[in-house]
Amino acid sequence: MTATVEHSNGTAAPAAFGYVAGSAPADATAGERVITYSEAVREAMGQAMAADDRVVLLGEDVGVYGGAFGVSGDLHGRFGGERVRDTPISELGIVGAGVGMALSGLLPIVEIQFSDFTCQAMDQIVNQAAKIHFMLGGAAHVPLVLRAPGGSGTGAAGQHSQSLEAWFAHTPGLKVVMPSNAADAKGLLLSAIDDPDPVVVLEHKLLYKTSGPVPVEPVRVPIGKAAVPRRGTDLTMVATGVMVSRCLEAAARLEADGVSASVVDVRTLTPFDAETVLGAIDETGRALLVQEAPRHVGFMSEVAARIAESESLYRLLAPVKRLCGLDTPIPYAPQLERSVVPQVDDVVAAARALAVVG
Amino acid sequence: MTELAEAPAASDAGAADPRWAREALLTMYRIRRFEEAVDDLFARGMMHGTMHLSIGQEASATGVCAALAEGDLIASTHRGHGHCIAKGADLLPMMAELLAKDSGYCRGRGGSMHIADVAKGNLGANGIVGGGIPIAVGSALAQKLRGTGAVVVCFFGDGATNEGAFHEAANLAAIWQLPVVLVCENNKYGMSFSTEKSMHVATVAERAAAYGFPGVRVDGNDVEAVFAAATEAVARARSGGGPTLLETMTYRWKGHSKSDKNLYRTREEIEQWRADDPIADFEAKILDAGSLSVEDLEAVRTQARDEVRDAVRRSMQAPDADPRAFLADPAAAVFAAPLGSHVAGAPAVEPHGLGTALDATEESK
Ligand SMILES: Cc1ncc(C[n+]2csc(CCOP(=O)(O)OP(=O)(O)O)c2C)c(N)n1
Ligand SMILES: [Mg+2]
Repeated sequence: MTATVEHSNGTAAPAAFGYVAGSAPADATAGERVITYSEAVREAMGQAMAADDRVVLLGEDVGVYGGAFGVSGDLHGRFGGERVRDTPISELGIVGAGVGMALSGLLPIVEIQFSDFTCQAMDQIVNQAAKIHFMLGGAAHVPLVLRAPGGSGTGAAGQHSQSLEAWFAHTPGLKVVMPSNAADAKGLLLSAIDDPDPVVVLEHKLLYKTSGPVPVEPVRVPIGKAAVPRRGTDLTMVATGVMVSRCLEAAARLEADGVSASVVDVRTLTPFDAETVLGAIDETGRALLVQEAPRHVGFMSEVAARIAESESLYRLLAPVKRLCGLDTPIPYAPQLERSVVPQVDDVVAAARALAVVG
Repeated sequence: MTELAEAPAASDAGAADPRWAREALLTMYRIRRFEEAVDDLFARGMMHGTMHLSIGQEASATGVCAALAEGDLIASTHRGHGHCIAKGADLLPMMAELLAKDSGYCRGRGGSMHIADVAKGNLGANGIVGGGIPIAVGSALAQKLRGTGAVVVCFFGDGATNEGAFHEAANLAAIWQLPVVLVCENNKYGMSFSTEKSMHVATVAERAAAYGFPGVRVDGNDVEAVFAAATEAVARARSGGGPTLLETMTYRWKGHSKSDKNLYRTREEIEQWRADDPIADFEAKILDAGSLSVEDLEAVRTQARDEVRDAVRRSMQAPDADPRAFLADPAAAVFAAPLGSHVAGAPAVEPHGLGTALDATEESK
């Protein structure tokens, strides 16, 4: 493949961030060890709770049960029921309680069992948490962390599989992060707990059991900074959430065919790191934007618009391509479910097609 | 917030106590005159937006807030001017906010439905019916976990008790036995829909039974009765006895908001309730008790009138909220730690974060 743009980094580098494509564990370097994504989330919460009494976790079945996906695990045993607090099935009530706690000197983490159930709590997320700092003229702020697993692939069908990130990213006042690997799951959550504003952390159900090297220390991953886990020369894949590992796997396969792809992990949707994302697109002149969520008015529509509004437009060698979930609810049957969201094969095919356009 | 001033004892208070009577009357007059001025400015086209006036309901806000100690908190509603004033806010930044001034409590970003003096313990008014109830309950949970001893009062209307937020929050307050007082100001209507039509129980207070805590109905136009009931509820909350639902029966004299044509109620009904004026009633009680003279009452009225006039005059002269300053950095208004401020490292504003232990390990990495 040839491209006429300048490449700052001419060779496709291996995943610099220790990303794990698929489930093959990567080697851990000093100060790291390989743990799962869900262990990484738990470790962030545990370290934060051990360090600061103000950090509390509340949610449905986060206590002895250990969380619907096992994420809170032993935290209840370690910190007790006051700080790892089981709640009734009252999403609006508990997110609202989180807002009130955040306004009153605590640093609450509210776990919503499935991100789909944020619908119940939308008033508190959108009308309250996101706007209080602004509406009160800056007199108060809401250091609330909302953790919620999203995404399809578990056979849970239409009401337990959505990718709703664009809703939150569309709401001024919310910060939105989507960790795609274990290290970021820990580092972004630690940053979210530090953050004086409400942060929506959208974890992915399929990633919980994946593993990767994670620093032992509470190392923050900054909110507002994208990652470029792989640099190539022919095209740039921009992805969120579980699509990052699919893109990395696709990029590895493409390399064997002589197609060299960069992969950008958006990581934080708000604030959006346009510099890194557009910079990586400029390097190849071809943009493949990959998300699990439906295409129509999705987050990648925003990325496409940013490209179109910037100098990056002039550097494109081919039209921008979005590879997204279909504009349908997520179906139950595994073969149907797979058919509506991009799989590795789809990424490979789309990348091949894009690499020869123009 | 650890040092709480002693809450006033109910026995010292009431029309017979000149200090208490004067304070309560002054608060009610401040609310009344403030809202009359707002109504007038609106009618003269000098005020923008919409507002929800609580004229006629002053005794509820006043009696409840009089039962609170310093450090206690309130959460308020769209009809929140009275709560805000009763919790000690200054009239000047309140009026400045309504007049779209930069010196307003919310710098012109919130307006009537979001005015709050956070420093005085007001968690905020709310444009969403029922929106403040879970927040108040969460704040009460924080008070309990932090051991501050503070009590949180949540004001809301009768209409709000048909929102899921009320029921979820009431249940949370009950199971966690939180130091919260849920104050339902029952003014007979949620906009145009009457309480009789909107619920199939006779009183809001009895809804508390579903959650296992006391529900008390009180004459919301009798500031002493409200104060006494609130004092008991606050004492219960403070001593670990859990929540109370206090239903204060009152009436709004004015329309729901600026669009109300009063098609759902009769002139007779309005007149009948206006005859039960919480301020006039309390003045009569004061004179009966002989705690203050006619001249004293006149002095209170004059003081409230002058304070409101002064707030209007001074806010009129204050600089408008400036779109240029705002547009220069909108993110700075939206976020406490604006976009991108993390990229360089720690959040720029008020590092809420983990204490020294984590900071130390962060350095050592
Ligand atoms: C969730 C929501 N629904 C509807 C409205 C529109 N609205 C504003 S105030 C109001 C009536 C509220 O009635 P009540 O709770 O009794 O309070 P009141 O206005 O009588 O003080 C309505 C319907 C709103 N602001 N929020
Ligand atoms: Mg009402």
